[in-house]
Amino acid sequence: MNRSAAASNAPRFDVATVRRDFPVLERRVRGLPLAYLDNGASAQRPLAVIEAVDDYERRHHANVHRGVHTLSQEATALYEGARDRVVEFLNARSRAEIVFVRGTTEAVNLVAQSWARPRLSAGDEVLITHLEHHANIVPWQMVCEQTGARLVVAPIDERGEVHAEAVEALMGPRVRLFACAHVSNALGTVLPVERLVASARARGITTLLDGAQAVPHLPVDVRALGCDFYAFSGHKLFAPTGIGVLYGREALLESMPPWQGGGDMILRVSFAGTTYNELPYKFEAGTPNISGAIGLGAAIDYLSGLDLGGAHAHEDALLAHASHALEGIPGLRIVGSASRKASLVSFVVQGVHPHDLGTVLDEVGVAIRTGHHCAMPVMEFFRLPATARASFAFYNTFEEIDRLAAGVQRARQLFG
Amino acid sequence: MELNDLYRDVILDHNRNPRNFGPLQNADAQAEGFNPLCGDRLTLRLKLDGDTIADVRFEGDGCAISTASASLMTEAVKGKTRAEALDVFERVHRLLTADDASGADLGKLAALSGVREYPARVKCASLCWHTLTKALSPADGAGAAVSTE
Ligand SMILES: Cc1ncc(COP(=O)(O)O)c(C=O)c1O
Repeated sequence: MNRSAAASNAPRFDVATVRRDFPVLERRVRGLPLAYLDNGASAQRPLAVIEAVDDYERRHHANVHRGVHTLSQEATALYEGARDRVVEFLNARSRAEIVFVRGTTEAVNLVAQSWARPRLSAGDEVLITHLEHHANIVPWQMVCEQTGARLVVAPIDERGEVHAEAVEALMGPRVRLFACAHVSNALGTVLPVERLVASARARGITTLLDGAQAVPHLPVDVRALGCDFYAFSGHKLFAPTGIGVLYGREALLESMPPWQGGGDMILRVSFAGTTYNELPYKFEAGTPNISGAIGLGAAIDYLSGLDLGGAHAHEDALLAHASHALEGIPGLRIVGSASRKASLVSFVVQGVHPHDLGTVLDEVGVAIRTGHHCAMPVMEFFRLPATARASFAFYNTFEEIDRLAAGVQRARQLFG
Repeated sequence: MELNDLYRDVILDHNRNPRNFGPLQNADAQAEGFNPLCGDRLTLRLKLDGDTIADVRFEGDGCAISTASASLMTEAVKGKTRAEALDVFERVHRLLTADDASGADLGKLAALSGVREYPARVKCASLCWHTLTKALSPADGAGAAVSTE
């Protein structure tokens, strides 16, 4: 694969060097160096991404796919070049399989409305799991309401683990679609997606994976996974907001009606009828987020220049360090202890509400997320109103995690 | 230290030992408050004597700011008429949002003045007050409560 080839001649992973690629990491917050531990919500941009977007804005901006003039051709080449980066990144078969969308949320809604809605009828089932982000729950609830289909939810256990057998037991004859997170944003759980997708396929069930939290942490190969759809957001992958990707198997995308109408998605329009454009443009109505796509392409290029194996090993070490440092704090409980976890830790501290913890940590320059993480069913399962979540990227350091732990101690003293 | 300005001793104390916390039997009005951003939830129950708040208690689960604010509020409005209680809310609202409000006339509630330096937390402090307004408005609160209690 391209990426491993690039990695082999890339320099060995070195956090200090990598940090210099991210201008925001030089910031100070309330007089202290920023410790950005909220990467699960949105990751920061390397200079390469900022510069790629800047160069496009300064020199190449024009609308895409619709002009013969130089700038339009340049903008089109950059935009489509970004699509090629995504094809490689996911190991898709062709550009026809890569639809640019606003993000994971839009990707799931597209599949719900364009794939599921015309196909589902009363009594059919959509199967998800208990740990999904609202973006992978609500679009299915909506389509179930529209079609009379039923939403079936596979259980998780007290460790935040999804057991393949439990999901398979629910893959009955009426299940038409199985959708689940590749990695849970609230708990960090890495789901056994290889097996789940294979089981679904064997039963003729279409599959969608929500890769929002997976792409920053794991190599993703959609052909090896065998899933029908895969969705992710650029902004969690060190790219700008407002751009994301829906991967879909070509035959499936081909069989789906467009979900929005307008310019760019047509070949020919007359009042007698309209001929839709070829893939993937059929699903990209209107002027797209050109600069966002270019930023995403640049982010993927940036990642392919890193020693990704080393980066992922560093993330694993960060997770181990954080788990250890936090577990040692009296009254602190880590929520989610799956055997395979991405590098994030959700936790609660007795006597300290997560929201207060977030404020105390901000005071010492440490940024984490507090709340329900758009996964209210997960919070309900653990009978918690909210958790604190520290989520790491490869540019984080052990020292930042120590500052997190010290901040938690400080909060315990304050509220104790 | 700014944190001590937000989490003043009064706030910490009312968070640790919230006053008027727990159920209230035979309430005349009640309302629920929910802040979906942070998951803060509270139920406020009132006993009314004509136009006067004869008793008020709250239950729920919230951050220190929201818990302390609710606790301080129950102390402040007990024995007040609807109009007087809403007037206190007006002044607390100014305290939470306007830079020039000193809170000198608010007694213990003035401890909430540190919150305005933390815009993300203003909602936490005002949740209980919005809930009180709801409980006091006949349509949402007293009226609805009659049918459920
Ligand atoms: C697992 C998961 N799915 C979906 C989403 C939604 O992503 P976006 O808001 O970028 O559409 C997120 C982001 O929080 C997520 O973590």
